[in-house]
Amino acid sequence: MSYDLILRVGTKLILPFILLFALYVQFHGDYGPGGGFQAGVIASSAVILLAITCGLDLAHRIAPQALVQRMVPLGVLIYAGTGVAGMLLGKNYLDYSVFSHDSAHGHELGIFLVEAGVLITVAGTMTSLFYAFVERGR
Amino acid sequence: MLLTLLAVVTIAIVRQRSLFGVVILASIYSFLMASVLIVLDAVDVAMTEASVGAGVSTVLLLATLHLVKTTEMKRVRPNLLPLFVSLGTGAVLVWGTLVLPPFGTPDAAIHKHVAPRYIADSIKETNVPNVVTSVLADYRSFDTLGETTVIFTAGIGVMLLLRKARRRGRHDDAET
Repeated sequence: MSYDLILRVGTKLILPFILLFALYVQFHGDYGPGGGFQAGVIASSAVILLAITCGLDLAHRIAPQALVQRMVPLGVLIYAGTGVAGMLLGKNYLDYSVFSHDSAHGHELGIFLVEAGVLITVAGTMTSLFYAFVERGR
Repeated sequence: MLLTLLAVVTIAIVRQRSLFGVVILASIYSFLMASVLIVLDAVDVAMTEASVGAGVSTVLLLATLHLVKTTEMKRVRPNLLPLFVSLGTGAVLVWGTLVLPPFGTPDAAIHKHVAPRYIADSIKETNVPNVVTSVLADYRSFDTLGETTVIFTAGIGVMLLLRKARRRGRHDDAET
């Protein structure tokens, strides 16, 4: 099966910018709109775009199915683990103030960790849902 | 203007028989909804609506259409009960909004409870200038953990459904 040349080249040009935008949305979420949910969806849309225009095999090589499927529970574990870490350090579940000597810094770090967890779960779920649909249709 | 467009798109979705058209119209609906949310100054929600509603769910719905037939079945006989149920629910919801304070009232109950504290203290307490992020990931962390778990559960469920059916299909192939 051959794919349209213009779409393929266009995708390859635009792909790094989509991924960069996802990272921007993720890490700039502290200062502007955005966060783990949005960044995860944008990152998975990059993989989906690649799969649509350049074929599923290439997408599988870049984002292997085993990897994206493991990302689904991994993100939840990171999120819940952040909560447990707070508990082990002697505060309530999901209380971030213990992660640093300074309470505000601890909160900043905790927000970063849970946002990372959300990003991983959302990106993994969206991508593996797309894979599941496409595999079924083959 | 935006709300009128929303209504037009909704009617078009209801009248559309081709499911492909429905998916595209639903995507347009999501983009309009994102614009409405931007007008309401909810940029974070607008971004989510644009990326999830208009982006990924359109792709997933198209992938679903790849698996099923693309035209809606002809209606056998007009069924009035769903119409009454939806009209009734809509009427109750509108009736409920009558007692809400007018839009944008600064002394509404929702602006008096914890919101002033979030706005006043969140930068000091969390070092995060975006209040939406600090409320979402810190003050209401349990909510967000729940949301993440919902996505996890839903994703796992759909994957298991699709995979199980595929395996059964293979099994049938082997038997015949």
